[in-house]
Amino acid sequence: MACFIVPAAEAVIMTIVSHAVKNKEIKTEQSAPDSASKASKVPFSRKLGWLTKMLWGGSALLAFEHIWHGEVVPWFPFLTAVGDPADTADMLHEMATAGVLMAVFVTVVWLGMVAVSSAIEKRAENAGELKG
Amino acid sequence: MTLLVTVFAAIIATVVWYKNAPEDKLKVNILCFIYWGASIMWLVDALFEYAELRAQYFTPAPADMLNDFYLGLCVAALGLVIWLIVLLIKDPRGVLKAAVLKSKK
Repeated sequence: MACFIVPAAEAVIMTIVSHAVKNKEIKTEQSAPDSASKASKVPFSRKLGWLTKMLWGGSALLAFEHIWHGEVVPWFPFLTAVGDPADTADMLHEMATAGVLMAVFVTVVWLGMVAVSSAIEKRAENAGELKG
Repeated sequence: MTLLVTVFAAIIATVVWYKNAPEDKLKVNILCFIYWGASIMWLVDALFEYAELRAQYFTPAPADMLNDFYLGLCVAALGLVIWLIVLLIKDPRGVLKAAVLKSKK
C-alpha cells in the first residue's frame, strides 16, 4: 500500500549523512593531504553512496508499482488508503512490517558489500606491506 | 513475475558492469544499484505474499502473471530511463557538453 515510504525515508536520511561525511572527508584530506594508506581505500562517503543508490532506485521502482496498482495517485492525499480508516490501519501495518523489513534487508546487503570491500582493501594493504 | 524480471535485469546490468570494470564510463553501477535495490524490496514483498498464500503463490492466474510481467517490463524500462537521465546529467565522457559547444559554433 505504501511500504516504499520507509526505504524512501531512509534514503533521504542516508543522503544527508552521505553529504555530511563527504564534506568531513574533504576537510580531513585538506588538512592531511599525503596519507598514502587512506588514498588506496574507498572513501566511506562512496560506500554510503551505494546504499543511497539502492534505496532511491528501489523506492522509485516500487512507487511506480504502487501507481500501477492505483495505490498512489497524483492528487492529494496521494495515497488512496488514507481515505478509509480501515485501509489506513492496513497501510500503517504494512509500512511497519514489509516497509521496515525492506529497509533492513537493503541495509544488511549493503553491510555485506562494505564488509567484502573492507576485506579486499585489507588484503591489498597487507600484500603491499609484505612487498614493501 | 515482477521480481523475476527485475532480478534478470539486475543480473544483466551486473554482468555488463563486471565486463567493463574497473572502468565505468557509462555509470552502469547506478543501473545495478537501482535494479538490485528494487529486487531486494520485491523479495521482501514476495516473502510476505508467500507467508499468506503458501503454495498458491507459485500458481498465479495467467491474467495476473501477464499483468505482473508487463509491470516488470515497465519497471525495467523506468530503471533504464532513470539511469539515462543520471548519465546525461553527470555526462562523464563530456559528450553532451561537446555536442552543445559544437552546435554553438
